[in-house]
Amino acid sequence: MQTFAGPPQAPSDDKRWKIVEATARRHGREPHALIETLHTVQECFGYLDESALRFVAAVLRVPLSRVYGAATFYHFFTLKPQGKHTCVVCTGTACYIKGAPLVLNAIERSYGIKPGETTADGELSVLTARCLGSCGLAPAAVIDTAVLGKIAPEDVVARIAKGMHS
Amino acid sequence: MTIEELRRIAETERAAQSRFQHHVCVCVAAGCLSSGADLVRDALKMEVVESGMQNEVLVKGVGCMGLCSAGPLVSVKTEGRMFQAVTAEHAPEIIRSMDTGGDPATGGLHPCPTDVPFFARQKKIVLENSGLIDPERIEDYIAHEGYAALVTAITEMSPQEVIDQVKGSGLRGRGGAGYPTGLKWSTVAKTGDQQKYVICNADEGDPGAFMDRAVLESDPHRVLEGMAIAAYAVGAQKGFIYVRAEYPLAVKHLKTAIKQAERLGLLGNSICGTRFNFHIDIRLGAGAFVCGEETALIASIEGKRGTPRPRPPFPAESGLWECPTLINNVETFANIAPIVRHGAVWFAAIGTEKSKGTKVFALAGRVENTGLIEVPMGITLREIIHDIGGGIPDGKKYKAVQTGGPSGGCIPAEHLDSPVDYESLARIGSIMGSGGMIVMDETSCMVDVAKYFMEFCMSESCGKCIPCRAGTQQMHGILEKITSGEAAAADVALLMELCELVRNTALCGLGQSAPNPVVTTLRYFREEYDAHVSGAGCLAGACKAKDEATV
Repeated sequence: MQTFAGPPQAPSDDKRWKIVEATARRHGREPHALIETLHTVQECFGYLDESALRFVAAVLRVPLSRVYGAATFYHFFTLKPQGKHTCVVCTGTACYIKGAPLVLNAIERSYGIKPGETTADGELSVLTARCLGSCGLAPAAVIDTAVLGKIAPEDVVARIAKGMHS
Repeated sequence: MTIEELRRIAETERAAQSRFQHHVCVCVAAGCLSSGADLVRDALKMEVVESGMQNEVLVKGVGCMGLCSAGPLVSVKTEGRMFQAVTAEHAPEIIRSMDTGGDPATGGLHPCPTDVPFFARQKKIVLENSGLIDPERIEDYIAHEGYAALVTAITEMSPQEVIDQVKGSGLRGRGGAGYPTGLKWSTVAKTGDQQKYVICNADEGDPGAFMDRAVLESDPHRVLEGMAIAAYAVGAQKGFIYVRAEYPLAVKHLKTAIKQAERLGLLGNSICGTRFNFHIDIRLGAGAFVCGEETALIASIEGKRGTPRPRPPFPAESGLWECPTLINNVETFANIAPIVRHGAVWFAAIGTEKSKGTKVFALAGRVENTGLIEVPMGITLREIIHDIGGGIPDGKKYKAVQTGGPSGGCIPAEHLDSPVDYESLARIGSIMGSGGMIVMDETSCMVDVAKYFMEFCMSESCGKCIPCRAGTQQMHGILEKITSGEAAAADVALLMELCELVRNTALCGLGQSAPNPVVTTLRYFREEYDAHVSGAGCLAGACKAKDEATV
């Protein structure tokens, strides 16, 4: 068991690290706060980089391997920065049988990226979701923060273009 | 808080609401929200102010009304009218119709008939307040008999009496497996005086299922009340709700609800002036399907990778931090308050001999009316799909209905008259599951559907046990081969062998049930597999279409 010697050093003097530390403190810096703390990091910074993982390990006094293990186990966490805009296509069962694969194909044809990838200019990331729970509106997608239901492949591409140029 | 104080809050709220002549409810649950329901609500509120009807018309945002495919939905409760596909531009028309008392049918507004089978054939217990109350106001919940069951249980009943009620009701776990809830409660209660936990499993991972989200978004207090009653019955002091991070609105409503309940002394220390303490905390999931399995979920709350462990010991004896832990699903907890309020006999009178009460289903896919429904157990699949669901759109033919998500099966037309209960669904190879119900028509290829679910299980396998980790991958590989027309008859035989192997040897429910979609499609739609293998191609034309699209 490591002993705790003073507050750990934040990777930078960015104010957001204070928010991360506050989450850990709220749970008494106990190891069980790991997932909650990683959520806060991702909320603040958008993704988890190595310095963030090291900081979380230090704050919660757990081995870095455990932090990395959790961060890679859960699909919600991402270790890569996302593009400026994101398009999340739902691939739940209802969306799948109502044409989600065609939506993804249309995006790939227009932007040359597959799910999980970001365009070279860092403008757009395409992701898939297991299920958005908007099955009544299948097929569904989330562009930035707007949820779109009953979308045709060409509509998605048009909406992405609109979002990127506005 | 005493029962008299609770009644006073309810009466005050009811009096405040009845001052308004018209109640306009706008569905602002996730489904309608994504079609712009928040704009509709704001426009209606503004219109009320502009036409000076603040004292006559009450506009409130409510939870899910069920018919998500027709959203945004607006209902005028006092007049029993409902409108579908409402936009902000319709607001003046709706408000004006109240002023004149006339019919607002003229000009663009789409009335939504409420006497159709979709609404008439349902029976609401879990969703009784959904679409009726403002989920962000505890007073509205109390005005609809909320927390009466909790206060009655704590002040007038012994823990054993509560457990007896739940046992007598015949309620079974709504997460899918159908374990008798009362039995689980009494196991935890019997572990004696020590630290115990109550966990609400809201990690609704099945693709195509959104029942729990709707309950949490539309009526969060009902879940808290159920958890508190459970904690009182089993002797727990601390509760966790493990909810998906993908459901931000549900999380927001839960957080608000917990704060409000604490403020009124319905959660926290010495509830109702007794020695009963109960605190609830929220834990966010992080997108791992396997965390719906109870031991994996416990590992995740402990901050670890969500991998399951062998049972026994069951969580009822050794769960969270090795303490006795009661884990129930959202819908199970949502049934508790009505059972305590109306009694076990009332609940046991609904449903079939072995499956009591109602079940909430998320009806989706190739069916006319998609959305959330609650039906009594024992209803047939045909009634759900053709009466409530309104049949298959575009004149297409029904092919199968998929229940139970990646752990369930596909049910063909010949079993449409089978009743919906735990045993009957198991007999035809599927499971009740948590309530996803996806209808497929002749355009869906069943081999492709089986491949879809296998791909899901393959990437969601936690990797702890080999049968699941390697088995799902092998099965997916064979299915891939079949759909691309490169497989031989021996591959199908190997697939069947693998199904049997994985089912019998995997560690947890995910692996054990992963072969189900393949097994049921092989059983009922063997000719589609054979057509792919013999070179006749995909009978539904789906596999070919996808190949062309990717080229």
